[in-house]
Amino acid sequence: MASETVVKITREEVRYVADLAHLKLTEEELERFARELNAVLVYMDKLNELDTSDVEPMAQVLYDADPTATLAEDEPEPPIGAELALANAPLAGAGFFKVPKVVER
Amino acid sequence: MDLRKLTAEQIRADLLQRRYSAVELAQAALEFAERENPKTNAYLHFCPERALEAARRVDEKIARGEDPGLLAGVPTAVKDVILTKGVRTTCASRLLQDFIPPYDATAVARLEAAGAVIIGKTNCDEFAMGSSNENSAFGPVRNPLDPERVPGGSSGGSAAAVAQGTAVVALGSDTGGSIRQPAAFCGVVGVTPTYGRVSRYGLTAFASSLDHIGPLSRTVRDSARVLQVIAGRDPRDSTSAFAPVPDYLAALNGNVRGLKIGLPKEYFEGLSDEVGRPLQEGVRLLESLGCTVHEISLPTTPYAIPCYYIICTAEASSNLARYDGVRYTIRSQQATDIIEMYAATRGEGFGAECKRRIMLGTYVLSAGYYDAYYLKAQKVRTLIARDFAQAFQQVDLIVTPVSPFPAFKLGEKIDDPLQMYLSDIYTITGDLAGIPCMSVPCGRTRDGLPVGMQILANHFQEALMLRLADAFERAGGFQL
Repeated sequence: MASETVVKITREEVRYVADLAHLKLTEEELERFARELNAVLVYMDKLNELDTSDVEPMAQVLYDADPTATLAEDEPEPPIGAELALANAPLAGAGFFKVPKVVER
Repeated sequence: MDLRKLTAEQIRADLLQRRYSAVELAQAALEFAERENPKTNAYLHFCPERALEAARRVDEKIARGEDPGLLAGVPTAVKDVILTKGVRTTCASRLLQDFIPPYDATAVARLEAAGAVIIGKTNCDEFAMGSSNENSAFGPVRNPLDPERVPGGSSGGSAAAVAQGTAVVALGSDTGGSIRQPAAFCGVVGVTPTYGRVSRYGLTAFASSLDHIGPLSRTVRDSARVLQVIAGRDPRDSTSAFAPVPDYLAALNGNVRGLKIGLPKEYFEGLSDEVGRPLQEGVRLLESLGCTVHEISLPTTPYAIPCYYIICTAEASSNLARYDGVRYTIRSQQATDIIEMYAATRGEGFGAECKRRIMLGTYVLSAGYYDAYYLKAQKVRTLIARDFAQAFQQVDLIVTPVSPFPAFKLGEKIDDPLQMYLSDIYTITGDLAGIPCMSVPCGRTRDGLPVGMQILANHFQEALMLRLADAFERAGGFQL
């Protein structure tokens, strides 16, 4: 299989992408994803068979109204409130989401 | 009452004639669903209090002589990626295993306003990513027609619930085939409306330029009824369409004589006999109903899979960034600083397929690769939409297979992600073009497994699509 000979993505690049995605992977996962992503990326090269130099990218799927039609009047609605918004937080207090300390004193 | 045979229309008539009450029906449905569930794992959890409250409202309306709604008393299942206020919504992910939404999805609110009785939340692939329902953090769903086989995915629980008769109708979501393919695998009807036809407010975002909510049911009429209720502009979803909602039920008049049906050659080349034979018989049935059949070409079809898996993973990597241990229930206990907390929470919480798609999506959007992958895919998406636009100048509707094969065995394909992706070939094109499409049962394979026929229509032509499906269903007698 071509996917095993062409290297589109190395294990180090997989590690770099995982860092970008804030995704902690085990060594075993890094190994596995390097192999699997490589096969998928090789397959994706198929798109290069198509000449798209004169084609606009599809930025909008479907829009059948005036450009301003979805602009809402600026009328404030009551928000759901801090209590409800925080109800699913793993750690909350004093009306805020709590996270590990970000700034050193 | 036999829950497995009931339709929404029958239930409404029965309630109005006081054959049983909505509360009695809800109790029977809950009892039946809870008893059946160990066979399929179709439901992740039930919501009896909410169901009985909805049923009581229907009974009260009937007692007062008010119209109880198009879906009065209908036992309904909702895929667990669609938010239900106060009722746990997990997206079949460990990351959201205790998440209680603070609001209802618009589709859910509209269903209940029309009298529907939501009995429970259905299993699916984690964050709707998968084609077999094997990616659920809470165990796979088994196909009610053959427990050794998958129900399809990602709306596998919704399809299984409808097929086993524990729900009369269900909501699913479809990004690349997640309503139609499980509908085909379980022998039921599944409809993916035009992009923007149904509000996605309260649908957990996977790939926002491709995500849809749509109905599953045992008859075309029931799907039309659900679509009637959930379709239409919603100010809370800026992508929802302003186009007026036609009367879908009135459109089911059996008048299909003279409709021009396109068969795209790219969808039939190399199709296995197993799926091809029932489909050929289905096409002959369409001809016997007076439709004319025309070979057409959608030349960009072979490029749809790479196009789809670039766009959907790119959007998924960005949509799933919010699950970081700050707002949603689960946080890793392994970390002391905030970056480590994000990464460890996500590493522990996401299943393999979500991680794979986050990785792929992050890669195709990353510096140096954006033009080669994401921008290229967006251009190819234009070509795919153009193929359909040209085809609909020649024909009224397009008919294709739903899946290259019928329901496969659990474990058969899960170890090869690329092969699993390739199985979505016939369903992803409709999502990429934003057109309405559906699966309607079309007979069985020699082994007795259901085969679906896909019907695709031009934008906002759901009424015509449903009319053909309804005529086909009644002529073929394919319902479970």
